[in-house]
Amino acid sequence: MSPLALEARALRKVFGGLVAVNDISFVVREGGVKALIGPNGAGKTTVFNLLSGLYPATGGTFLVGGRRADGHPPHLIARMGLARTFQNVRLFGNMSVVENVMVGWHRRGRAGFLSAVLRLPQARSEDRAARAACLEHLALVGLDRRADDDALSLPFGQQRLLEIARALAGRPRLLLLDEPAAGLSTREKADLARLVRRIGEGGVTVLLVDHDMELVMDLSDEVLVLDHGEKIAEGPPRQIQKDERVIAAYLGEEPEAPG
Amino acid sequence: MARRLSPLQIIALAAVTAALAALPFLVGNEYYVGVAVFVGINAIVAIGLNLLMGYAGQVSLGHAAFIAIGAYTAAILTTRTPVSPWLAMLAAVALSSLVAAVIGLPALKLHGHYLAMATLGFGMIVNIVIIEWVAVTGGPSGLVDIPRLRLAGVALDTNKYYYLVWALVAVSLGLSFNLVNSRVGRALRALHTSEVAAATCGVDIARTKLQVFVLSAALAGLAGSLYAHYVQFVGPGHTFGFGFSIELVVMVVFGGLATIWGAIVGAGVVSVLGEYLRGAGDYDVVVFGLILLLVLIFLPRGIVRGAGSFLPFRTVRPAHQGRSNRRRDAEAP
Repeated sequence: MSPLALEARALRKVFGGLVAVNDISFVVREGGVKALIGPNGAGKTTVFNLLSGLYPATGGTFLVGGRRADGHPPHLIARMGLARTFQNVRLFGNMSVVENVMVGWHRRGRAGFLSAVLRLPQARSEDRAARAACLEHLALVGLDRRADDDALSLPFGQQRLLEIARALAGRPRLLLLDEPAAGLSTREKADLARLVRRIGEGGVTVLLVDHDMELVMDLSDEVLVLDHGEKIAEGPPRQIQKDERVIAAYLGEEPEAPG
Repeated sequence: MARRLSPLQIIALAAVTAALAALPFLVGNEYYVGVAVFVGINAIVAIGLNLLMGYAGQVSLGHAAFIAIGAYTAAILTTRTPVSPWLAMLAAVALSSLVAAVIGLPALKLHGHYLAMATLGFGMIVNIVIIEWVAVTGGPSGLVDIPRLRLAGVALDTNKYYYLVWALVAVSLGLSFNLVNSRVGRALRALHTSEVAAATCGVDIARTKLQVFVLSAALAGLAGSLYAHYVQFVGPGHTFGFGFSIELVVMVVFGGLATIWGAIVGAGVVSVLGEYLRGAGDYDVVVFGLILLLVLIFLPRGIVRGAGSFLPFRTVRPAHQGRSNRRRDAEAP
């Protein structure tokens, strides 16, 4: 049995009177792709926000790479090896494409404030190495030719890819992708699927939220299904597709708009 | 990554440097050179404040108090102890940095404009201390006979002081460009667009903001000690008060947030205008308020970017494009 990239124990989040995440426990094994699905309002993005430290959990614990991560601020969880993308892309619009990736690289750097201000040799050589490394991450998503363009000059689909490259630049052990296929064309989705598979094969574990069932079932080794903040099923895609509670959860809801 | 300067930029830079170097010979009137000294001193403060406001997105409404700390540290050490003025200058920088760290540590852990509130109160406290702590600060009568700075045995008169001050402006400018184009500087620009996204990249938001705040206070402290040794007198007054803190904010906004060059232009225009408004008494505040309003309405990106994108000085990408992202931040993480 492979070691755990992530382990959540009785994770709980309450907003006022609403139980958004109700004592969910699950593990993500290292290597491969796991999907987190469920109808709108099931609590998927809330789980992501809990795991990345943006929301404090109401209860429960979670471990990233075997280390307790709950209660830590986002930047410390990032340094434990958890990276994420956002449903509504959050690029740094005042910076170039490669600079965005270099912010993702931030946690791997050592040069501090003083060596930055004084531009000491250590900071300079680190910067050069960072840029080279980030260009490789850009090459992986096919954006290396746009390195010095403004990040927001990219078309939407490429902005999503840039966000993935930025997340990868921190060399995470676990990558959370929040609806990476939303708003993409069929062709872009196929490219994305190929990319996610390559990321998984490259040793980064992926936990993915998406509404595109074809993509989810095609990509993931395991699927976790949430409904109204509760875990209703977990298992390989084939099993999930036949699960009665899952079918009921999806059919019982309004047909949902993607995104 | 620092971009290499284009030939046009190098020519422009050389022209500005030459003009500044020739200024004392061109104007030939010590009063005008003196004004240029004050412009330089203010520019050092504005460069630091611009880093804080334009890149860390935080406002200080008490930066004049850091000038006061620098000025009084230099004044007290050089009039009452045998400490050399240059060492006193280092002490001034160190003390204003330390005080900034103490104020910033709690204020910058919170979201929003707590730093503005904290510095507002801090500025008032410093002014009360200046007046009431007579034994140390000289109270309302201030401290006199602050020695001129000496370099290699030569006392620096106005012309020589002008070159010292503007050399330090150049150093401050260089440090700022270094910072903005570094790992820390990228983190800073990133968190200005989206704190959420920057934090999930591993950026320690509070720490990064604190570092910039401390740097800006250090530059204000340096400017304060330069002021003390130039005027050779410190006392409670305009340069250390709330009104001047606001003028500093006007300099930064006028020159353009996140435009390092703009800080110098802003310092120049506002300082010279301040000289003209001497006769207007307290009404200068009205004029500066009006300028702030007009700039915010008609040139929200500041005079340098707004009046001419043809200026060859743009070395940093405009920060304004991040707005849509920031709105998202306000909604939810």
